[in-house]
Amino acid sequence: MNTAWAALTSRRYLVSSWPWRSYAYLLSSVPAGAATITVLIGAAAVSALLSPILVGVLLLTGFPLLGVLVGIMERYRARLMMPAGISSPHAQMPQSTRLRERLRFRRREQASVRALGYGFLFGVFLWPLNALFAGVSLSVLGITLVAPFIADGDEIGMGPWTLTTFWEGLLFLVLFGPIWFTVSSYLLGWLAAGQAELAKVMLGPREDELRRNLADLRRSRLDLVDAFETERARIERHLHDGVQQRLVGLTMTLGLAELDLPEGEGRRLVVKAHGEAEAALADLREAVRGIHPRVLIDHGLEAAVREVADRSPLPVTVRMELPRRLPAPIEAAAYFVVSEALGNVAKHAQASRCEVDGWIVDDQLVVTITDDGIGGANPAGGTGLTGLVTRLDALGGTLDLTSPPGGPTRLRMESPCRLDD
Amino acid sequence: MPARRLSIVLAEDSLLLREGLASILDRAGHEVRDAVGDADTLLAVVRKEPPDVVITDVRMPPGHSDEGLRAAAAIRSELPGIGILVLSQYVADAYLSSLLESTTGGIGYLLKDRVGHVTEFLASLDRVADGGTVVDPEVVRQLLARRRDDGPLAALTPRELEVLALMAEGRVNSSIAEQLVVSEAAVRKHVGNIFAKLHLDDGRDRRVSAVLTYLRG
Repeated sequence: MNTAWAALTSRRYLVSSWPWRSYAYLLSSVPAGAATITVLIGAAAVSALLSPILVGVLLLTGFPLLGVLVGIMERYRARLMMPAGISSPHAQMPQSTRLRERLRFRRREQASVRALGYGFLFGVFLWPLNALFAGVSLSVLGITLVAPFIADGDEIGMGPWTLTTFWEGLLFLVLFGPIWFTVSSYLLGWLAAGQAELAKVMLGPREDELRRNLADLRRSRLDLVDAFETERARIERHLHDGVQQRLVGLTMTLGLAELDLPEGEGRRLVVKAHGEAEAALADLREAVRGIHPRVLIDHGLEAAVREVADRSPLPVTVRMELPRRLPAPIEAAAYFVVSEALGNVAKHAQASRCEVDGWIVDDQLVVTITDDGIGGANPAGGTGLTGLVTRLDALGGTLDLTSPPGGPTRLRMESPCRLDD
Repeated sequence: MPARRLSIVLAEDSLLLREGLASILDRAGHEVRDAVGDADTLLAVVRKEPPDVVITDVRMPPGHSDEGLRAAAAIRSELPGIGILVLSQYVADAYLSSLLESTTGGIGYLLKDRVGHVTEFLASLDRVADGGTVVDPEVVRQLLARRRDDGPLAALTPRELEVLALMAEGRVNSSIAEQLVVSEAAVRKHVGNIFAKLHLDDGRDRRVSAVLTYLRG
């Protein structure tokens, strides 16, 4: 149900902008339709003329491209009747820079052929119909408006009536005008809304095209997650191969210096520097782990989750049954969910213990984190989880938090274990 | 420091650290027979002529994953007598457990920071060369923090856990006594209790077994 239909059943229809939108839609179809049929006939004529030399046949195969143009124009015009617009049924272009290939891709789309069909319907049938209805209706309305003035000097015949004076004209305007406006507005409103609906059916995406667009969207979001993952791994490697190694080198040098220096102020300072370098290394190790834990890459989700659990200040029981390694973005998402959840539990839950369970059922990875704390956790409160929800969303997964006051709090993550669908 | 000259093969892909390590070992009077930058070369030189000890980084070319560790495992199974000291940038027992498949020959797993404490590092190296087990205190702490309320360690008192942690680092009783500021007799008593509570009576070196049993669990 779009807003044009809703407007037609509303009591305020006559005083709204909708009658005028209908006029605008129907009348603008006249030049648009005329142009469409001219171009189509012109193109058909040219290809018929050229068909003996084969070029014409080639031109004929390009017709769906004209349909694409008609579709663009008509979807734009339909916004008069459908403020939400009609989304494009066309698939995303392949990443090819060559114009010829792009054109061929569009030409072969079923949506293009459909739009061409609409173009013929529009050019041959719809716009003359609209011209007739809207033209007559608008003319009658216009003449009725100026009837008192015309009748003042001349006599005019309006259907069964003949108006000869200004007052007769005015009476006609007052009595007939509202009736005509009401009747024509509803008539044209239905006509315009019907046509917009037709345009939507023919120029909008079909269900399979909608599904494909959704898949396109998901793929592009997955690409984003992937890029993010790659970038994290790159940063981790740079820190590891660069800064960490240098700091380790520094501690070695300082260690050797300690051995050589005699007891005294100089040695005390070197020992202090050594301690500081080690503290920096420990900090860096923590930071690197937060960016991308090496264990996750090398040993998989279970080992990485056990590491996080071991670092948690409260006892964490880990039960995971994962028969195989999962795709890297899924492992990473699950790891960061557990890591964030355990951090939150330690900080806010006042729990004495926590359980992490992970298993695979029906090609879904399910991970739950349950604590025996005070409950009442607010999903909107944790900014860390919000980012994870976005990530999971891109993977087609979900994150669910139940935390009644008094506990227990349970965070449940689900994600498909395969990305190749 | 015992004046024993060990022949050592060193595998570390960072030139900086390789030279730093080599110079530390050199000063201690050990022979750095080969210093290599990747796991394949490491295996090749060890197979050609086995050294006393192999010191290897976990992360190595070409994959920059755990190639060093896998090389260590290969050496372990082919040439069980060689002491292996693994240096890592991470506190991760996932790496450790794959090292502990076999208990013949010395094994060490240390954070790279530890190398800076030259005297301790060299002592660890000696213990590994002697067939002992050395696990980084940081890793041990993390492992001991795990599952305190269940598992085999539940029966141990906090003091016994402390003693076990120091045993895992490869310390002998006198060193543990010194560290904890108690008498050596007290340490012996604790160690006896640990063995009893962990039911260790399988004829192997029980000190090593005590640590390994737990680390594996």
